[in-house]
Amino acid sequence: MAKDVLFEIGLEELPARFIDQAEKELKKNTADWLDDSRIKYDSIISYSTPRRLSLFISGVSDSQISVKEEVKGPAEKIAKDKEGNWSKAAEGFTRGQGKTVEDIYIKEIKGTPYIFVEKHIEGKQTAEILPGFKDIILSLTFGKNMRWGKESIRYARPIRWVAALHGEKVIPMEIAGVRAGNITYGHRFLGDKITLTSPKVYEEALLENYVIADAQKREERIVKQIKKQEEKQNIQVPIDEDLLAEVKNLVEYPTVFIGAFDPSFLSLPPEVLITSMKEHQRYFPVKSSSGKLLPRFVGVRNGDSYELDTVVRGNEKVLHARLQDARFFYEEDQKQTIDFYVNKLERVVFQEKLGTYEDKVERIVHITKALTKLLGLDKKASESAIRAAEICKFDLVTNMVNEFTELQGVIGEKYALLYGESEQTARAIREHYMPLHANGQLPRTLAGSIVSVADKLDTIAGCISVGLVPSGSQDPYALRRQAAGILKILDDNNWNISLEQLLEIAIALFKEEDRSAAWREDVLSFFRHRAQVILKDAGLEQDVIQAVLHAEIGVFQYSAKKAKVLSEKRACPKFKPVQEALVRVINIANKTELAQIDPMLFNTDSEKVLYEKYLTVKDQYANFNDKMEAERALEAIGELTEEIHDFFEHNMVMADEEELKNNRLALMNSIAILIKSYADLSKIEWKQTF
Amino acid sequence: MNIQEMILNLQKHWAGQNCIIMQAYDVEKGAGTMSPMTLLRSLGPEPWNVAYVEPSRRPADGRYGDNPNRLYQHHQFQVIMKPSPDNIQELYLNSLINLGIDPKKHDIRFVEDNWENPTLGASGLGWEVWLDGMEITQFTYFQQIGGLEASPVSVELTYGIERLASYIQDKENVFDLEWTDGVTVRDIFYQPEYEHSKYTFEASNTAMLFELFSTYEKEAKATMEKGLVFPSYDYVLKCSHVFNLLDAKGVISVTERTGYIKRVRTLAREIAKAYVTERERLGFPMLKDQEVK
Repeated sequence: MAKDVLFEIGLEELPARFIDQAEKELKKNTADWLDDSRIKYDSIISYSTPRRLSLFISGVSDSQISVKEEVKGPAEKIAKDKEGNWSKAAEGFTRGQGKTVEDIYIKEIKGTPYIFVEKHIEGKQTAEILPGFKDIILSLTFGKNMRWGKESIRYARPIRWVAALHGEKVIPMEIAGVRAGNITYGHRFLGDKITLTSPKVYEEALLENYVIADAQKREERIVKQIKKQEEKQNIQVPIDEDLLAEVKNLVEYPTVFIGAFDPSFLSLPPEVLITSMKEHQRYFPVKSSSGKLLPRFVGVRNGDSYELDTVVRGNEKVLHARLQDARFFYEEDQKQTIDFYVNKLERVVFQEKLGTYEDKVERIVHITKALTKLLGLDKKASESAIRAAEICKFDLVTNMVNEFTELQGVIGEKYALLYGESEQTARAIREHYMPLHANGQLPRTLAGSIVSVADKLDTIAGCISVGLVPSGSQDPYALRRQAAGILKILDDNNWNISLEQLLEIAIALFKEEDRSAAWREDVLSFFRHRAQVILKDAGLEQDVIQAVLHAEIGVFQYSAKKAKVLSEKRACPKFKPVQEALVRVINIANKTELAQIDPMLFNTDSEKVLYEKYLTVKDQYANFNDKMEAERALEAIGELTEEIHDFFEHNMVMADEEELKNNRLALMNSIAILIKSYADLSKIEWKQTF
Repeated sequence: MNIQEMILNLQKHWAGQNCIIMQAYDVEKGAGTMSPMTLLRSLGPEPWNVAYVEPSRRPADGRYGDNPNRLYQHHQFQVIMKPSPDNIQELYLNSLINLGIDPKKHDIRFVEDNWENPTLGASGLGWEVWLDGMEITQFTYFQQIGGLEASPVSVELTYGIERLASYIQDKENVFDLEWTDGVTVRDIFYQPEYEHSKYTFEASNTAMLFELFSTYEKEAKATMEKGLVFPSYDYVLKCSHVFNLLDAKGVISVTERTGYIKRVRTLAREIAKAYVTERERLGFPMLKDQEVK
């Protein structure tokens, strides 16, 4: 016989952001637990709302599967006496297992025979196992836990009821002072207390009480109602997936409504309107069929459509007050100048040990100036980048950003334009925060790219210098994202600047005292690690990455190109002789540090030819290298292949004559240095097969 | 319903839940949480149920009486229950029903909001309660107070009186709210709002305020050393208010700012510890015999 099982954890309103994950975990942990407990079932359906996490498990068998277990006893030579009869040890063993010597069989383990018996383990009744669900409840992990009342348990929010049914019977268990029963609760205001007669009625009974337990169905209901409004009102409601996911977990019974706000607020920057609606009130902004923002919004009520007008009016009033505040800030802010705000930055701490934003801006300007020189920018381009650097943080102290922190940069751009800054400069203020997330958009303007790199370099060098090195999931200043951002911007602009060079500029701005001893090395190794991760994410393999980054990161995008070229060559049969020649040179050059070649000391043709070829190749290589042409640079080096093979065929590097030997080693080493300036090919596991 | 009726109504409701109806505490403070009736009493094992109206001063929010939503001083209705009862959400929702808010006609939600006050070494988890999209109450389970673990856990409800009233009375401007029949918030509070804003941002004597801060701080420390917890805490509150006045005027530089907050925090933490020690010395008098067992 099989029965259905229902578990429901009733809670005070869970934070919306925890719910999806908790539901998934609940389902998985339960399935694993049933499997480990050898309890068969047909299927598991999970549910979640702000007030409950639940499972309906159908066709749960009444008992665990019985199993046969092989139990190992002593070695045969101990289990038998000299005459071949079972010894005391064997009898003791079998008795201990509830068996007799009749049941013994023998198996060899690593050449030694041992005695065994087979034990039958009778499956327990499922009903005895099910109260163990308590441990599943406790196994769920949330971003943040709390305590309540006198309970010592820590959970996302207080547990207020547990419904647990095995068929029609309540599964006895108790957690945090709550005893499991057959009672659940409907919607807070529209539903009742419900007595569950069996697991099967669960979803339906809740629905009758205004709870849509299936999160997916709530989401579908919201989307369907929004679509209906779009048609009816001839409007567009772009559905932000994150917002939808959150809203569905703020309600048990969603009903969509449309509200309006005073059209005069449309004079505010659209970002301000959208942030007020989305972030603060969880509304969906509304656009006209031609894509223009309309003075309307879509909200989702937790309930039915009864007295919906009251709810709409209330929400309109709240949004009105918020927008009024925003307008007040917008107008107030414009009464001051950019200089006023820039001066105010001395009052805002960036990081306790790294000083104020004024200090930070000073460093950003410094790095920006160095970058404009390195890039050889003309006067106009330099000026607009430097101006952007000087004012890149001014909006942090405006009323507007104080109120809408997520609009940093966006407000800066708007205001800068109002104050008559150039378009380049204004845009750079917004863009210098880019990329905003792992795959976010990169700055489009030159000034934006430069200031973005400068700001991020400063943050990384600064934070690491005071010991704020990211570890595990701890990265409060998002240094990893910023490092990746720098590398992507360098790549995107194809700037011929090595990363080590950049870091030196940023590092030089911090005084040595009070810094952790190894911080310079920490900054470099942090970046090296980031570079490796990015290349790995791009599908490159560890050995190739190590080969190109063996000495330094260099010009990152060029290193990335080299890695790509090498990972193709790595499995290319044509490249085999080249690779063999070059790696052989590197290996032999490991024995020396000499690099001073005296052409007068050559005494065979093949070494003279190789030397001359080396000189030509060196120039060609330098040319391609400067242009960051990874493929052709490698080809240039590859030109040496024939001469190298010839050289090894006709010369003993380790000649008896000291002078001759050293000169040959110096030649080998000079070529090795050239090759390694491209990549240390000896680190690659070549995979050319034929 | 005017504000006066609202307050009476809330008092009656929470009195019915065995809360002591307390009066506002007579030292300036930024929030009801800072009253010793909350901050100190929510420490330690003794049960404690209390409700009171707290006028709360936020100098930086002063707007010369010009802004329809922001005030130098607003009112909070504060409820503390320790340990937090199992049915606290229902008790709270019933208080709204008593105020004439029919949950079926509205959209009432509990939206995650975690609270932290580093100055007081305090933190808690809970929600802001939304009424048709408007935040009307802060609902918090205290986890830490004065750097000490809260055990048992107190629940704190903070109703924003003016917010709630503007909904109930359907007014756009806080000054139009009726305090009692025929008397508006404007009648009572416009002049002090204007004058306090003027004082805070323009007229205050900065040198004197700096001096007061040091004087109050010294006295708080000296009083603490004598084991006088409550008087010492009063001086901490005074420090905090003076600091807020200075901060609103923009005369505290960043480096100083962190320093000042640290000084208040250190004091608050010492007082929290001293309070628990003192209650323990007294044998936790409010613990009923059976609860000791």
